[in-house]
Amino acid sequence: MVDLTALTPCSGLLPLRKGTVTLSELDPGRITSLMPFGGQRAALSAALERAHGLGFPAPGRVTQTEGATCLWTARDQAFLMGPDPDPALADHAAMTDQSDAWAVVLLAGEDTEDVLARLVPIDLRPAAFPEGSAARTLCQHMTVSISRRAEGLQIMCFRSMARTLAHEIADVMASVAGRRAAG
Amino acid sequence: MRIDGKGRVDRNRPVNFTFDGKAFGGFAGDTLASALMGADVRLVGRSFKYHRPRGVLTAGSEEPNALVTVRSGAAADPNTRATVQELYEGLEAVSQNRWPSLDFDVLGVNDLAAPFFGAGFYYKTFMWPKSFWEKLYEPMIRRAAGLGALSGKPNADRYEKAYAFCDVLVIGGGPAGLMAALTAARAGAEVILASEDCCFGGRLQAEDETVDGDPGATWATALAGELATMENVRLMPRTTVTGAYDGGTFGALERVAQHLADPGDAPIECFWRIAARRAVLCSGALERHIAFRDNDRPGVMMAGALRAYLNRWGVAPGRRVVVFGNNDDAHRTARDMHLAGLEVVALVDSRHDAENMAGDVPFYPGWQVARAHGAKGLEAVDLIGPQGALKRVQADALGVSGGWNPAVSLTCHLNGRPVWDDRIAGFVPREDAVPGMTVAGAARGTFATLACLREGAEAGREAAQALGFSGELPVIPVAEDEAYHVRRLWAVPGKGRAWLDFQNDVTVKDVKQAARENYRSVEHMKRYTTQGMATDQGKSSNVQALAILADATGRDLPETGTTTFRPPYVPVSIAAMGAGSQGKGFAPQRFTTSHEASVARGAPMVEAGLWYRPSYFPQPGEKTWREACDREVKMVRESVGICDVSTLGKIDLQGRDVGAFLDFVYTNTFSTLKPGRVRYGLMLREDGHVMDDGTTARLTENQWVMTTTTAAAGEVMKHLDWVRQAYCGAMDVRFISVTEQWAQFAVAGPKSRELLNGLLDHPIDDGSFPFMQCGPVSIGGLAARLFRISFSGEHAYEIAVPARYGASLFEVLLGRAETLGGGPYGMEALNVLRIEKGHITHAEIHGRTTAFDIGFARMVSARKDCIGKALAARPGMVEDDREQLVGLRPVTTGRELTAGAHLFDKGAEAVRVNDLGYITSVGFSPSLGTFLGLGFLRNGRARHGEEIRMVDHVRGIEETCIVTDPVAFDEDGGRLRG
Amino acid sequence: MRLTCPICGDRDRREFYYQGDAAMLARPDPAAPVQDWADWLHLRDNPAGRTRELWYHEAGCTSWLMVERDTVTHEVFSVDLVERVDAD
Ligand SMILES: [Zn+2]
Repeated sequence: MVDLTALTPCSGLLPLRKGTVTLSELDPGRITSLMPFGGQRAALSAALERAHGLGFPAPGRVTQTEGATCLWTARDQAFLMGPDPDPALADHAAMTDQSDAWAVVLLAGEDTEDVLARLVPIDLRPAAFPEGSAARTLCQHMTVSISRRAEGLQIMCFRSMARTLAHEIADVMASVAGRRAAG
Repeated sequence: MRIDGKGRVDRNRPVNFTFDGKAFGGFAGDTLASALMGADVRLVGRSFKYHRPRGVLTAGSEEPNALVTVRSGAAADPNTRATVQELYEGLEAVSQNRWPSLDFDVLGVNDLAAPFFGAGFYYKTFMWPKSFWEKLYEPMIRRAAGLGALSGKPNADRYEKAYAFCDVLVIGGGPAGLMAALTAARAGAEVILASEDCCFGGRLQAEDETVDGDPGATWATALAGELATMENVRLMPRTTVTGAYDGGTFGALERVAQHLADPGDAPIECFWRIAARRAVLCSGALERHIAFRDNDRPGVMMAGALRAYLNRWGVAPGRRVVVFGNNDDAHRTARDMHLAGLEVVALVDSRHDAENMAGDVPFYPGWQVARAHGAKGLEAVDLIGPQGALKRVQADALGVSGGWNPAVSLTCHLNGRPVWDDRIAGFVPREDAVPGMTVAGAARGTFATLACLREGAEAGREAAQALGFSGELPVIPVAEDEAYHVRRLWAVPGKGRAWLDFQNDVTVKDVKQAARENYRSVEHMKRYTTQGMATDQGKSSNVQALAILADATGRDLPETGTTTFRPPYVPVSIAAMGAGSQGKGFAPQRFTTSHEASVARGAPMVEAGLWYRPSYFPQPGEKTWREACDREVKMVRESVGICDVSTLGKIDLQGRDVGAFLDFVYTNTFSTLKPGRVRYGLMLREDGHVMDDGTTARLTENQWVMTTTTAAAGEVMKHLDWVRQAYCGAMDVRFISVTEQWAQFAVAGPKSRELLNGLLDHPIDDGSFPFMQCGPVSIGGLAARLFRISFSGEHAYEIAVPARYGASLFEVLLGRAETLGGGPYGMEALNVLRIEKGHITHAEIHGRTTAFDIGFARMVSARKDCIGKALAARPGMVEDDREQLVGLRPVTTGRELTAGAHLFDKGAEAVRVNDLGYITSVGFSPSLGTFLGLGFLRNGRARHGEEIRMVDHVRGIEETCIVTDPVAFDEDGGRLRG
Repeated sequence: MRLTCPICGDRDRREFYYQGDAAMLARPDPAAPVQDWADWLHLRDNPAGRTRELWYHEAGCTSWLMVERDTVTHEVFSVDLVERVDAD
């Protein structure tokens, strides 16, 4: 019997700390993409509510409950993160397993928004992007999903680009810390 | 020299620096320019063309003369304006455009030869003979004429770019800007206040005047302090807004650490992209000079700058001062210099009816300055009276004011031409030149401080109101409210050279000559003379040049044209704009889960799009890549090879209508594919050319997985989104990329099934897993996917596991392959294997080939529509004389074919008109013992068996080839089914 | 330049991919003469003024967008979804 071992996308890369900011890898649990079939969004949302206790998020939003989040990721598309999905959801939505496809990291600390302002072309300050917000946008040249959690900003990029993500963010973390040091 | 009792530099904090290697001292708060002036250095640079000695002209970013190189080695920053560079301990600056030294510059002889060097000189002189241009003229001109030089070394300094957002962007930190920011912020708007200066106050920092009873600079600093405490205000000192762009986007350059001796990790500069819902432009005004003979001598300055150096920094270029102007503001310079104890030897006002507002100084109304004397520094000034009376006065400082131009630059960036205003004899911004931006204060021609304060407050309130914020106007402080009068004077008539554009060495005569040679349009004149074309963009001289052109062509000034500006307002270093995009930041790198293992085995990694893939896996004793490649090909053909194919795009499609959707995007039919089966498909662009190819598997009734080539994965995804959203809105189809979810490996070769059966929880055979079968399998209880597909032409599979297990599975597969006499293979072997089989890649489907060309015309189903079908049938797209895919091999075994070579009939001259096609892919086939090629040959399918000539003009290789079917190995496909 | 995506809101232009004229939406009937097809694919007006263009919110929600815009003033009049029907 073969026993394959698992590696996380950022193994060996994180955590990193510079200045006031820490970048660390998150374990998102199971990630399932949900794409409601034609006319099924309300039914999907109801099924999600029944099975997992949260609804299908509006564009740019995250729905959340104990142990599960549903993150808007694209038009008519959201990721259920945490639990194994109720198979009944498949009646209303196309579902794929995305658990291994994403590097999921958390950027936290006082200068978090200043760090990402050097890479991301949208306004991520808490007033414009409060908890419960989600966006698809760019991080330097990569497409990413960014959402605000209580602890900080969650950034997701393709697994294969984890090294680049860590490099880009570490670079601007140094820059922001350098500005602080320079006064 | 330093003037006692004047200036706001900190005389208790001396700062040491060097200029051209010589040590000097200044004070905290100095700029390099003020420190040099304080140290009696007047000669700071040589001009661009004639290498004329030049001194500091201005006190700001508009400086044309005082360009120096700051720092050294790889960190050297050429063309730094000494007037902007703040002094720091240990600063090193060197002058530019001189050899061997600033004081003695050999190319100063250019100045003696000036009669030959006038406008258009380069255009006229260096035309013939043509061959001389590249070898002689251009290198010579480049050496002689130029600004600072780059170090040529990679710069390790950190630069940055960043995004910012606000309700109201206030551009300029002077009285108008401060009041605009305060008013908008108090109303509740989120405000960014950008000040080019290191502090706030703008012109108040340069004046000896009070606001609300306090010195203006003190008032400004206090207000900036108040703004800094407000949550909704972001102060950005040392930040020049460089451009206004569409949709409320502004570019801005922040000098973050240019003023620090040791920046540490702080960036030198940051290039900001600011998205603002509203903007208020309070960029102030820039003084212009008046042209007269030798008006470029060091010591001759803008009158406003002379005053700024005195009031802010406590320095002056000399003790005996002449002030020359055509407006009231010049009088303030004379007044301040006089009150500071300097000797004002003449206040010269070209207006005969002017009244002296400078106090007890010799006053010359109706007089003009005719000439400056002194080579490397001003010594004397010739005055000319209303009736031609001449008078020479000894002087070492001369302040000149031709009036003030509103700094309208940003209002021009979206094509808004400024309009002429006779009241100030200058251009003012057009209303609404930039949507959402209003202009206040000196930038719109309002010069009295009190009026600037009021206009700023009003503009701030208006900007906030437009966004739904309401607030009161603050109390306008008590401030200077003097009238400003100016009367046009651009150039003093007379012999000799009178300078307009100091940086580009353009004279009044040059502009007149341009007009004489019929360059009457201002745009032509600028290009012919190079007026306004360097780092300062003619900020202090464009209006005079335009006025002189107007005179010379007998037109009104507004009728002649207008000055206009493009971004950036000040030079922006490429390092700042491209920050983060050097080296690894240039593009994301994508790594497969087997990357580390491949590198550990010594595989050279090659780029495939953003991905990195192993080229080959060298074994001990192998001296060339070919040896490794030949071995890997044989290994796959004889035992089993493992190759990571995770980089291919994988798209999961679900829904009732996926079959119909695939029928529409692929040329062939997919709706008939049974669950558990895989089919090869061809995708066209709408113009009938092949876009991509790959296999699509139907996993279940309603779930499919499409594969794309590595290179086209993104393009195919965009295409599918387009086709579905634009043409198939009624179809129930949902898709998403699963490329990153699966680590997928090819297991190829006669022993592939043996390997897999040692690995899978349940063994497979030809019955359960025939060619083009797919299905779920498990490995140690882990759910995996198996596809029996083959790119190599061997009995082969692709096995996919969730990516977290990719690295582990790769090691397991290699271990098992090695026990069977197999191992990993790389891109080189993969390429040879597919060439042997005549399988195409993007080398063949390169965007100009059709299904017909590659021999797949039969794959375009006649029974349905698909993307590209109609136009693939256009006349010319299916003719026999098109270049068709063929196989090629050399007539003489062992001879080499080269990709990129062209094909010609034997005996035909190898020239363009005889070109019959080209070779796209080549490789040495160890299976057949010969080089093989794929290529396109006119009417090639009818020419199998014929000999054809291959000519590689680039490498100088020629070979005779035999034309064959593209499939060279295992033509009947027995191996992949067996 | 900024575009307001109907789904994502106001975004910097670097998130978008520019395709070309919205004429691409009116795909001819498969049975139409080949000349109609060629004209549809290749012939474009180049107006100084209002245009209807296709943009793709590639680094956002992946919607194809129809943008009505002025090529002279750069004013953006409207941004609409190419596929107006959502999955609701
Ligand atoms: Zn969007």
